[in-house]
Amino acid sequence: MKVRRVDLSLPIFIGIVVVLVVIIALPMGWLGVFAFSDKAGNATLANFVTLFSDPSFADPLVTTLIIAVSVSLICAAVAAPLAWLVARTDMPLARMVRTLIMASLVTPPFVGAVAWEMLAAPNSGLLNQFWRLVTGASSDEALLDIYTLEGLIFVIACYTFPYVFILLANALERMPGELEDASSMLGAGAWATARRITVPLALPTLLAGTLVAFLQALNLFGSPAILAIPAGFHTLTTKIWSLFEFPPKPELAAAAALPLLLLTVALLRTQALVLGRRGYAIVGGKYGPPRLIRLGAWRWAATAFAMLILSLPLFLPYLSLLNTAFSRVSSQIVGLDNFTLRNIRFTFWELSSTLPALRHTFFLAVSAATLGGLLALVIAYVVARRLIRGHRILAFLATAPLAIPGIVLGVGLFLAYTRPPLTLYGTLWILLIAFVTIELPAAYQQFSSAFHAVHPELEEAARMLGASRLRTLGDIVGPLLRSAAIATWCFIFVGVIRELSAAIILFTSETKVLSVLIFDLKESGDVGAIAVLSLTMVLITTVVIVAANRLVGRPAIGRLPTRIAG
Amino acid sequence: MLPLGARVLSAAPAAEPVTPALIDAANKEGKVTYYTAMDLSVAEPMARAFEAKYAGIKVTVERTGSERLFNRIAQEQSSRLFRVDVVNSADAAHFQPWKREGWLAPFVAEAVARDVPAEMVDADGMFCNQRTHLSTIAYNSKLIAPEDGPKGFQDLLDPKYVGKLVKGHPGYSGTIMTATQQIARELGWPYLEKLSKQKVLQVQSATEPPKKIEAGERAIAVDGSDYLFWMAKERGSPIEVVHAVEGTPLITNPMGIFRSAPNPNAARLLVSWIMSPEGQQFIVSLSGQYPANRQIKPKPGRPLLSDIKTFREDPRAVEREAESIKTQYARYFKV
Repeated sequence: MKVRRVDLSLPIFIGIVVVLVVIIALPMGWLGVFAFSDKAGNATLANFVTLFSDPSFADPLVTTLIIAVSVSLICAAVAAPLAWLVARTDMPLARMVRTLIMASLVTPPFVGAVAWEMLAAPNSGLLNQFWRLVTGASSDEALLDIYTLEGLIFVIACYTFPYVFILLANALERMPGELEDASSMLGAGAWATARRITVPLALPTLLAGTLVAFLQALNLFGSPAILAIPAGFHTLTTKIWSLFEFPPKPELAAAAALPLLLLTVALLRTQALVLGRRGYAIVGGKYGPPRLIRLGAWRWAATAFAMLILSLPLFLPYLSLLNTAFSRVSSQIVGLDNFTLRNIRFTFWELSSTLPALRHTFFLAVSAATLGGLLALVIAYVVARRLIRGHRILAFLATAPLAIPGIVLGVGLFLAYTRPPLTLYGTLWILLIAFVTIELPAAYQQFSSAFHAVHPELEEAARMLGASRLRTLGDIVGPLLRSAAIATWCFIFVGVIRELSAAIILFTSETKVLSVLIFDLKESGDVGAIAVLSLTMVLITTVVIVAANRLVGRPAIGRLPTRIAG
Repeated sequence: MLPLGARVLSAAPAAEPVTPALIDAANKEGKVTYYTAMDLSVAEPMARAFEAKYAGIKVTVERTGSERLFNRIAQEQSSRLFRVDVVNSADAAHFQPWKREGWLAPFVAEAVARDVPAEMVDADGMFCNQRTHLSTIAYNSKLIAPEDGPKGFQDLLDPKYVGKLVKGHPGYSGTIMTATQQIARELGWPYLEKLSKQKVLQVQSATEPPKKIEAGERAIAVDGSDYLFWMAKERGSPIEVVHAVEGTPLITNPMGIFRSAPNPNAARLLVSWIMSPEGQQFIVSLSGQYPANRQIKPKPGRPLLSDIKTFREDPRAVEREAESIKTQYARYFKV
């Protein structure tokens, strides 16, 4: 008689559901409880009354909305022509432009803000000094002032437009060329074709991209934290953070986090609605790739335009970081007289926080990428193959964190894990939970689309031959998904390295990560060390991405869905 | 108001010398964590100097503004995360609640009992001043000619300085919190309200205004740790320090050991060394701050503390007023 082997699959899947519910529902539940309690724990609406009547809360809310609207409009205005040039024209170096735009996403937003401070601070900023040198303007005139609302909007837009660009460039490439051909054959001119075919087809994606930019700007902590205080205002995220100053007011922080959460959920629903209607664009059959438009004499002007745009998030900031890293005074251009290795020596040999922070960051990035990747893989498998009843709930839970801004998640986790039964505050585990939660939606979506490309018959064969679900997943599905797995791992790794908004709430002095260390150094104005650490951070990230691209053989980053980062 | 050391019945423990037994026990612990608000350019070299003397002990410096330090410690203690061994804050008021909560351990180093003036030492031996510094006005003389420079706080309200000022924040920095309390007491809040209309660049730590005027981002620092202005000047940067005609805020920097210290022996050794003539001389030679130890002479070339008109420091008032100072400040300066 055959011995039936116990199939552990079901208990494991149930276990995952429990884990997901705990890591997502627990912090959000505490957030809700705290928002509606006073210091003594009694139910109250007083927090919301304070929130909407006290100008020190109402002002940041308005400021944040102004920023989000402006950033999304700027992003759409910049990304649309750029994506069109890259995807639909014969612009020279289009492939390189595309790679560089994706590369600019590696820059953490707070590092971008610090770099732009070095470039466009009204007096010491390198660009302003250069402008005064050229125009002979007096020493208190400035071309640019980064310490303003406009300055902050500009910096956020610099590191947000790539998300819109990627969505749009992919959509323009996938667009059926036949429709445009038909239009021209029927006698429509280039302009009429663009107006009646191309633009309507691209519009839903543009709208969705604009929403992504809006959400990004709404929930961003890093850039405002660097620039808003010198500029003399708060955004909602920096305000929430400031509520953790002594004496901490977690009830108010929770209450202030709720509008951010609700707004994000509402916008994501809108986005799903918009993208859901895109179906009419690509019905049935296989289409040829769209025809490239010849730019003729304008070809190189287009490349110059793209490079000009790229200088804003990429070339100029990195030049200024390099300059600061090797200069005695950050506002002076490195020359023979002021070249120094002092900042490097200070950062790696004197600063006692550097090595622990590097170690923590590396540990967290590797373990979050591995654990988060595995979790996403199993969830995507269960959902794609409908292995258990209620698999939709699983899909919902895996994508739900998309709606939770980093700083809100940080507050929720802080409230949930500074108390028994799981007192995780002060350990690296609380940061690991935060990072896995933040990265889960993107990882899940990546695997989910990969599963749809793998036919279940191979798995069915394995199952018929007696393999368990888990064995099948390991032996059959895993290898088939190799490139998706590597890309996802990479994506989480990069995301963790640059995360600040949840880490800033959850770190303790013993669990400091690189982004928090940079933030601490900003407080004391040690820009030399900041430049060295930022460049180190970007170097590590770049090495990992290049290595992964070698393994996969195609760009791993950029095919992934955009996410809400902080 | 009683000065710190004026209690009649002193409960301070006996002074403790550095014994081979203490060094042994400290070496066994092998590490010590030092929370401080002192600029990294002084704190880290000081830690390395201690490590050079006691090769078996590694010092981790945790630096941030005193107010954030205070928050961090409260958070860690309430979560029973015991990491801080030695704490050194630029806001002397912090030691009052720490002492009341019973968070501090009494310890009087031999050098403290012998060489530190009694008014700088807590009556119960819970903390003692490590060093004193000032929060001064300073300007970049490449951007402001000395004859146009401010002579005091009222001068800073001159319309010609609009958009030229940079200033630290009392919500982050203990130096600025202490200085703000003194300025508000001596010059009144209306002064700060007028100052806030001068389009001031607001930074956080008292260690940042010196870096901002050295880089030329603003011409004049309203406040900031004086030793950093001097250090910049001494390495050739065009910085001039101004001791305001009205008076200059004075900041002591007490240091204490936490009862929950995971490395109590290394903590005692570190405090003993920092307060010893050797440790004090190191701080003075590198930064020129005013030593607590009478054996050590101030740095040559720096003005004597006794020659400067300073405001009186009042930690108990700072403790009482800290919350209202932050609220009032945020109302005027918007952050």
